[in-house]
Amino acid sequence: MRPFAFERAPDLAAAQRVVALSASSRAETVPAMLLAGGTTLLDLMKLDVLRPERVVDINALAGRFGGVAAEPAGLRLGALARMAQVADDAGVRRDYPVIAESLALAASAQLRNMASLGGNVLQRTRCSYFRDVSHAACNKRNPGSGCAALGGCNRQHAVLGTSDHCIATYPGDFAQALVALDAVVEIEGPQGARRLPFAGLHRLPGDRPDEETVLRPGEIIAGFLVPAGPWARRSRYVKVRDRESYAFAAASAAVALDLDGDRVREARIALGGVATIPWRAREAEAALAGQVLDEAGAERAAAAAFREARTHGDNDHKPELGRRTLVRALLEAARMEI
Amino acid sequence: MPDGSMSGRIGQSPVRVDGRAKVTGAAHYASDMAVPNPAWAWLVTSAIARGRIAAIDEAAARAVPGVLDILTHRSMRGEVGDAGFFAGGGYAGSTIRPLQDDRVRHDGEIVAIVLAEGLEQAREAAYRLRIDYAEETPAAGFGSEGAELVSAREASGGSFEDPGVGDADAAFAGAAIRVAADYATPTQHHNPIELFTTTAQWEDGRLTVFEGSQYVHGLKNGLAAQLGLDPAMVRVESPYIGGAFGSRGSLTQRTALIAVAARRLNRPVKLVATRDQGFTIASYRAETRQHVKLGADTDGRLVALVHEGTEVTSRPDPYKVAGTQTTSRIYACPNIRTRVSLLHADRNTPGFMRSPPELPYMFALESAMDELAHAAGLDPIELRRRNDTMREPIKGLPWTSRSLMPCFDRGAAAFGWAERNPAPRSMREGDWLVGWGCATTIYPTHLGAATARVTLTPDGRARVQTAAHEIGTGTYTVVAQAAAEGLGLPLGKVLVEMGDSDLPPAPVSGGSNVTASVCTVVMQACEQIRARLAAAATEGPLQGRDPATLRLLDGALRAPDGAAEPLAAAMARAANGAIEVYAENIPEGLPPDSLKKLYQGKQALGGGLEGKQHVMAAFGAEFVEVRVHSRTAELRVPRILGAFAAGRIVNPRTARSQLMGGLIWGIGSALHEATEIDRRTARYVNDNIAEYLIPVNADVPQVEVLFVEEEERTANPLGIKGLGELGNVGTNAAIANAVFHATGKRVRELPIRIESVL
Repeated sequence: MRPFAFERAPDLAAAQRVVALSASSRAETVPAMLLAGGTTLLDLMKLDVLRPERVVDINALAGRFGGVAAEPAGLRLGALARMAQVADDAGVRRDYPVIAESLALAASAQLRNMASLGGNVLQRTRCSYFRDVSHAACNKRNPGSGCAALGGCNRQHAVLGTSDHCIATYPGDFAQALVALDAVVEIEGPQGARRLPFAGLHRLPGDRPDEETVLRPGEIIAGFLVPAGPWARRSRYVKVRDRESYAFAAASAAVALDLDGDRVREARIALGGVATIPWRAREAEAALAGQVLDEAGAERAAAAAFREARTHGDNDHKPELGRRTLVRALLEAARMEI
Repeated sequence: MPDGSMSGRIGQSPVRVDGRAKVTGAAHYASDMAVPNPAWAWLVTSAIARGRIAAIDEAAARAVPGVLDILTHRSMRGEVGDAGFFAGGGYAGSTIRPLQDDRVRHDGEIVAIVLAEGLEQAREAAYRLRIDYAEETPAAGFGSEGAELVSAREASGGSFEDPGVGDADAAFAGAAIRVAADYATPTQHHNPIELFTTTAQWEDGRLTVFEGSQYVHGLKNGLAAQLGLDPAMVRVESPYIGGAFGSRGSLTQRTALIAVAARRLNRPVKLVATRDQGFTIASYRAETRQHVKLGADTDGRLVALVHEGTEVTSRPDPYKVAGTQTTSRIYACPNIRTRVSLLHADRNTPGFMRSPPELPYMFALESAMDELAHAAGLDPIELRRRNDTMREPIKGLPWTSRSLMPCFDRGAAAFGWAERNPAPRSMREGDWLVGWGCATTIYPTHLGAATARVTLTPDGRARVQTAAHEIGTGTYTVVAQAAAEGLGLPLGKVLVEMGDSDLPPAPVSGGSNVTASVCTVVMQACEQIRARLAAAATEGPLQGRDPATLRLLDGALRAPDGAAEPLAAAMARAANGAIEVYAENIPEGLPPDSLKKLYQGKQALGGGLEGKQHVMAAFGAEFVEVRVHSRTAELRVPRILGAFAAGRIVNPRTARSQLMGGLIWGIGSALHEATEIDRRTARYVNDNIAEYLIPVNADVPQVEVLFVEEEERTANPLGIKGLGELGNVGTNAAIANAVFHATGKRVRELPIRIESVL
């Protein structure tokens, strides 16, 4: 760790003045980074993956950006709300269970108490080659250097949304719930505020895996709007992992269903642990629309979701696991009593 | 150390005498030790596994403020001598000596040490140090070109014999029931919570090292050999150890390097290596591949047993665990053939890790036994009953005691084994497939020569000094119990000093020998004190009693007829002041030079399965319930139970904790733990405990330990069999067997993960 300046931003304007770029990973060129919960940033600084010259604590902004509010139009989540705070919110648990479950099944209690929602959706991949600077080849960390995970240890790596330059898995859980529920992300930037569909926040790795989001220099995630909808209450997050708690998803599925009896009016599906970004499975949704949701229907949808999957050796099991995870999530959501 | 006046004789369950110090932070671990004005060391470790250092650019690193020096092979060559491989009579866990030449022999080898005024400065300079390598293609292990296979016998120069008897292959060919299968176990790392740290301080030519160690006398003598010092000039202090599990048993090369750094700077130097560096600067559990063949008659009685194993090791060191020494002796079988081979690769040298031979090899044997039970249509417990024996089959030597079947019977009753439907995939709860499995567990009863000084002072307090180690197992407590028992004192009157090489030597805290070895010598010292007090009791209330019948109990010297003299009075009669006894013990059956080796800091345990008259081991039976999700294949262990017999249990509380810890680690070993190796580069990839998974509390909701009473008359006077490593031996197979029962799928490669049963 090299010396860095630490400062507290009293307000948004102050934070934006000092932050040039907070979402990209080009570590050596990042002059300043934001600190909210710090649960990813401090790790990566200790590992020398991120070496900001300035760390700007934005927790003083929590009064403005830390709330949880249920409104008729939907759920408003502040970017500085803590994961535990939202996971434990009675209204969220009742009306948006997929959000509460995705947060409660993530990380450990200690991390959930610290980590912010905005930081969580920007959590960096757990690819071991990315997190260890002694591995020279990592296009995400060092553009143009190659990808050690291709042909290396890639059991946890992605099978959807990959490129020849990067197969790193997006590691989070909450983002899948946001993607499934068609959430909108609110962004504050030097040029003013803007809104984006949350599904448009993360970029596929393509040939620039170092550019993970569409955030521009100086932009800060302010919050998320989750529209109310007939599917939100019948929503479920299924996370499959190697141990019972405190582990990243081997595969996960966020599903939200609007049912008409046993027939699907509309299904919303996002997949985690298997893709390079929070992954909306629109082909699976289309396969379900208007259909009876039974075992066979769920399997057809799951097959559609993974039709384009590409495996890399250690992760050959992921499409099958991902399909089964989705089937399980769909059938469990269909059985929910709401 | 102890507070209060707890009673705590042998067989009782006092709380740990050091428990309060540990939970309040008063217990100081090695890196907590305050030394004046320390410089900080930061290791730089290699980013390749094989090759040589082509160039080092120190300019940017030296420009970091506070940097004092950067040690590389260019400045350190010739500074550190060879301490010899421990298994060859030396001291070192690895003979790969970093910084002595420009070669790189494994991933993460120490290639430089940065010394600075502050930790962060050293760390930043380490980041800025540029090392260019001339890389060569490494061999990672199994399947790698360039890895070199040798038989263990050949590697040992003929001193190792593969145990065997009869003609196993012919018997197998003619057996009515046969199973044959290949098994694999992964590389695993100890990951003790206390990182690998070293603090070195020189004063007037004397070196003091603070380091978590399982063998302070070994480390002291080994360091002296490496640095060309008189051992008397070296002291190692290690009062508390934050977990060891074998990783701190033999000296690692970092210690001498830090000592040299301190000598050069003329000030103390402190090193706290990082978690990922711990994967490569110390040892680990070797990856194995095994082949087992079992042949049985129609009643399930074994007629043939073949067990072959291959273990990965480093290029120079013939480290082996050779668990066939154990697996060939458990069951009655007239025809046995075993063979152990080593695969030399470009890896750091593996070493002892909790139950080193038994864990991987018993996984294979006990899995194969379950396969045989299935093939024979026998209950797995009944199969073991039919092959139970009070004599080991290789030489026909008797077990000093063996309660395997009582453990199975007691465990089965408590677990509810009778409710088990033997058909695979027959038990289910909701979406979860349920499987029950069991396996034998065994750990040889090792013993070592030991010494101790016991001082009884006129105020009725005792001080016990022995260079044993508190690796988290409760050694301070059980040693105090032995003295309390031997001197008839409350536990609170006994002070135990350990973890310091200036104390009388005690054996390596390995092989589960310490409770037996050290309590025995402490009891001998106490007996000598009792004998002196008894011999002096010629007048007063005990006048006329046979001194041999007098006992120290409840603060008095007592005769069988009830006559007694308070301890203070008895002491006044025997001595004008304190009574101090220095005792040395060579356990029966160990060679006479065991004591000499102990003073030299060599590892010289005996007993176990190596005896000439008999063999001795602790046994147990482990039962697990496994649940496998019928759709997504997560594996969970909602309950695990072990029934164990280990002779006399000195402290059921700490013993239970040891066995629980073993069962929990066994779950991790079976389902979670594996060090991933990039086969192209021979580098560890998940070298941290975020990605190297171990069980969390939610993974171990119900862990039950039962003790089966057992009388052991031969192993040692107290009848103790070590149980520190007994717990995790059978767990891997018990879980694999339960997974088969749940799913119908036999998994022969650890860890068993989602994709194994998907």
